[in-house]
Amino acid sequence: MSTPSTDPSPAPNPGTGSLTVSLNGEPRELPGGTTLDALVAELTRAPSGVAAAVNEQVVPRGQWPATALGDGDRVEVLTAVQGG
Amino acid sequence: MADTMRDTTHETPYAPPYATAPSPAADPGPDPLTIAGTAFSSRLIMGTGGAPSLEVLERSLLASGTQLTTVAMRRLDPTVQGSVLSVLDRHGIRVLPNTAGCFTAGEAVLTARLAREALGTDWVKLEVVADERTLLPDPVELLDAAETLVDDGFTVLPYTNDDPVLARRLEEVGCAAIMPLGSPIGSGLGIRNPHNFELIVERATVPVILDAGAGTASDASLAMELGCAAVMLASAVTRAQEPVLMAEAMRHAVAAGRLAHRAGRIPRRRFAHASSPAEGLAALDPERPAFG
Repeated sequence: MSTPSTDPSPAPNPGTGSLTVSLNGEPRELPGGTTLDALVAELTRAPSGVAAAVNEQVVPRGQWPATALGDGDRVEVLTAVQGG
Repeated sequence: MADTMRDTTHETPYAPPYATAPSPAADPGPDPLTIAGTAFSSRLIMGTGGAPSLEVLERSLLASGTQLTTVAMRRLDPTVQGSVLSVLDRHGIRVLPNTAGCFTAGEAVLTARLAREALGTDWVKLEVVADERTLLPDPVELLDAAETLVDDGFTVLPYTNDDPVLARRLEEVGCAAIMPLGSPIGSGLGIRNPHNFELIVERATVPVILDAGAGTASDASLAMELGCAAVMLASAVTRAQEPVLMAEAMRHAVAAGRLAHRAGRIPRRRFAHASSPAEGLAALDPERPAFG
């Protein structure tokens, strides 16, 4: 993950190569430069009630478009289900 | 066939008064449940797990009259149709995310933060359990998570052991309610230690809510009679043979138990205490023929 505010490591070069992330525990190959909002959009078109964490850090929805994913990132996308 | 003889009147959607659940913002009535400044007229908090379908769940929630209902946070499954959130939304039932499935404080804190982000609520029903077999709370992890979440601005409702000391510690770190278990989750064993509930209620200055163990209506009534401010349950309704009927039973049980608690029960006695006057009895001669 690369966000300007929280992660000092350099962003992957956008548009070049590919990277593999773990999406909800499953490996997923993505084009370089894929952002979190693009990845979530692959799962659901209406992300209300959805939250995402990258490498155990909650990423607020407003930061999804600016959050470029990096190789090896662990992405969890959660929603509310019946429980309790 | 038994099926064709079965009374199915309760399987049609409820007409008023159950058709809409009043939102917490509506008039909570003369005896509200107040959690962290929010008043509810219903003292029954429902869970949503275990229901055979969303449709049965929806009718059960309406029959229960609940205004506050838990959901769990899980990985988004694009293949799942329908959402428990839309059901709650439709009826103005406030959502209470839980951290079910978490075994460490760290997992629970992250889950609570994800729930806050997903659902826009800083209320959380905090569950940190020790193992799958008992699902008993891990007191050390629980207290740690509660403290972290309170500091992070959450309104924390912890699922806890029926331990008066732990209850006090949870209140001291700023929890908005105490939710002791009557018996293990889903066990239906009722309240195994009513004495501990009395001790917890006696000291608490926040609402004490029975969480887990209710199996049938009398369990919910007993909790309220012991002074609980509310009852939280799921399996007792969702896994009942007729969930909608049990939901209605629980609604009445909680209300009846609350009234009984407020009314003040009579002391228990070893021997009888006549309720009819001892004076003014007629002098009747048992030897007279009229007695046959």
